[in-house]
Amino acid sequence: MQVSLFITCYNDTLFPETGKAVVRVLERLGHTIRFPYDQTCCGQMHWNTGYLREAVPIIRHFIEVFRDAEAVCIPSSSCVAMIRDHYPKAALESGDAAFVADVDALLPRVWEFSEFLVKKLGVEDVGATFRHRVTYHASCHSLRSLQLGDVPMRLLGRVRGIELSDMQSIDRCCGFGGTFAIKNSDVSSEMLMEKMVSILDTKAEVCTAVDNSCLMHINGGLHRQQTGVRTAHLAEILASEESKS
Amino acid sequence: MSAIEEMAWPDREFPEAAKDLLQDAQLRRNVRHATDVINRKRGVVVGEMHDWEQLREAGSAIRQHALRYLDTYLLQFEKACTAAGGHVHWAADAAEANAIVLSLLKARAAKEVIKIKSMTTEEIGLNRALAAQGIAAKETDLAELIIQLGQDRPSHIVAPALHKNRHEVREIFQRTMLVESVGDRPEDLTEVARQHLRAKFLSVPVAISGANFLIAETGGVCIVESEGNGRMCLTLPEMLITIAGIEKVIPRFQDLEVFLQTLPRSATGERMNPYNSIWTGVHAGDGPSEFHVVLLDNGRSDILHDHEASQTLKCIRCAACQNICPVYRQTGGHAYSSVYAGPIGAILTPQLYQLERGSSLPYASSLCGACYEVCPVKINIPEVLIHLRGQVVVREQETLTGKLGAWNLGMQAAARIFVSGDRLALAQHLGRIGQRPFVGKDGFIDHLPLMLGGWTQSRDAEALPPQSFRQWWSKRENSGGAS
Repeated sequence: MQVSLFITCYNDTLFPETGKAVVRVLERLGHTIRFPYDQTCCGQMHWNTGYLREAVPIIRHFIEVFRDAEAVCIPSSSCVAMIRDHYPKAALESGDAAFVADVDALLPRVWEFSEFLVKKLGVEDVGATFRHRVTYHASCHSLRSLQLGDVPMRLLGRVRGIELSDMQSIDRCCGFGGTFAIKNSDVSSEMLMEKMVSILDTKAEVCTAVDNSCLMHINGGLHRQQTGVRTAHLAEILASEESKS
Repeated sequence: MSAIEEMAWPDREFPEAAKDLLQDAQLRRNVRHATDVINRKRGVVVGEMHDWEQLREAGSAIRQHALRYLDTYLLQFEKACTAAGGHVHWAADAAEANAIVLSLLKARAAKEVIKIKSMTTEEIGLNRALAAQGIAAKETDLAELIIQLGQDRPSHIVAPALHKNRHEVREIFQRTMLVESVGDRPEDLTEVARQHLRAKFLSVPVAISGANFLIAETGGVCIVESEGNGRMCLTLPEMLITIAGIEKVIPRFQDLEVFLQTLPRSATGERMNPYNSIWTGVHAGDGPSEFHVVLLDNGRSDILHDHEASQTLKCIRCAACQNICPVYRQTGGHAYSSVYAGPIGAILTPQLYQLERGSSLPYASSLCGACYEVCPVKINIPEVLIHLRGQVVVREQETLTGKLGAWNLGMQAAARIFVSGDRLALAQHLGRIGQRPFVGKDGFIDHLPLMLGGWTQSRDAEALPPQSFRQWWSKRENSGGAS
């Protein structure tokens, strides 16, 4: 299958290793990756901060770039949630029937990375080896918008050498919330403290998730507190092989 | 102008008020403990309902229908209530509602009233309006009594004193009731309150209540409660005045079938409330001989006109969203500077004030969606929060300071970058240059300038790596092979 990768703006800029990992996993499974260079952002930051008008050209740009894709794979559940939950409304409010039709046509081809593997490709064992103790953080969008359920855990469960440790209060927000982390940094920090305690309780070496946005926030706290625990996107664990782990 | 009169709530921005409350370790422990207990109970009694999702769907549909035909159902309620011997009054705002109540009390020369817990009367500042005219309002709900005696404010719509633990309650009781040694078991505290209130129930001839539901079909009013103080107030006095927001109306008696299942389970984690009272007008020799209902608008019909946000009015005030909210969990309710705290408050308060106040509240959420998940009438709170954020931004952009503010300038710049891959690549390049003075040896940034400083207050920031993904990809494509 030809898979179009939407790396997302922040992964492109801050977490290229996650993108490389997605490419490695999908190519290992025999798929061809396409990376439309003109891709940018899904518009989530603008939309969720209330810059609704400003988000619309970004949304239209996304549609333009990916309209012909056979499948769009995105290693970020909150971006997928933005596309699924808000693109139809943005299109509808524009009053542009073609825009609405474009969104409707593209949505069924948009997949979050882990659901693409499990639900679209029907793969759980991607041939990974990762000899570390890992805890999984369920991001709010993956849990409540995408309803991923145990999809990421099914993938992790098939990784050789991995030791999984469940986190308490897994359904509680880590406190990132996009610009919330800046506008309400005090509350966000306290939410992070509670999440870090849950993570440290698992005695895991690595905390993983399907969103680098939460992980950037969590890792920022773990690093500041010098906990020695690190974060890694699910794709990076799934890309890991015997010799490299 | 806002329809709400100036209340005793301070007009503070959420982040600023939250910052103060975060220093109160005791309050935060109390809030965490209380919400953990309620959430656990709720989880059990919701989990046992095989048709919970259908009940939520039904509750949502009934409330939405009632709001769509609100005028019809309110008139039907008025007609039925009047026919049953009640008197219906219409109040456009808080001042009108308070004036109506005052005139009714003056006609009776009342100097004292007893009250059932009512957030609506809190919204309109009724107790202060009465006090200004020399009329004492005595709260009879245990939590409201604690708030009243402690000269505090409610922090939760179902359990207003949730931020206090029993040791603090004992201290308040000992200090204000001038009783000597009160135990700190719940039974001890309840017994003291019981003794304190009993004389009032038996002697005060006027009671004031809110309402959980107004039933259009019958003209009945429904209140559910746990302590029995409500039942006392509804049956013992000679005159009863109910103040209810116009959105509280439901079409049929039968609709209670849904709400009397979902409300107690969502609110207190109980299968049924200990006391469920429904009364219709007056009956000779049975309960109050004079009954008034004040139907309060106070900004609600304006909310109804906003297609997107009108779902806010579906709320049945269960507080499940407050209990589950990870933000409320940290700060408690006072950070919202309004009687309506938590996620529902974050959408209701700014709307009641038409954004003249509370414009920071739509941002007091990480949009985690837990509130929507537990809401028994399926209010999509995150969606309304974003909608209101949109209104806040447009308002800000209408002012020069808003237009030239860091947020707007940053967002406009980002919007221009995000329509071209080349522009994004250039911005990434400039970012790598610009970050140099801030990056530490380990590749992390521990101090960022301007508004980004909020990030590095408790978190290190990962520096931009030397190569973006798109650069890596381009190089790989050009070399024509795998990595």
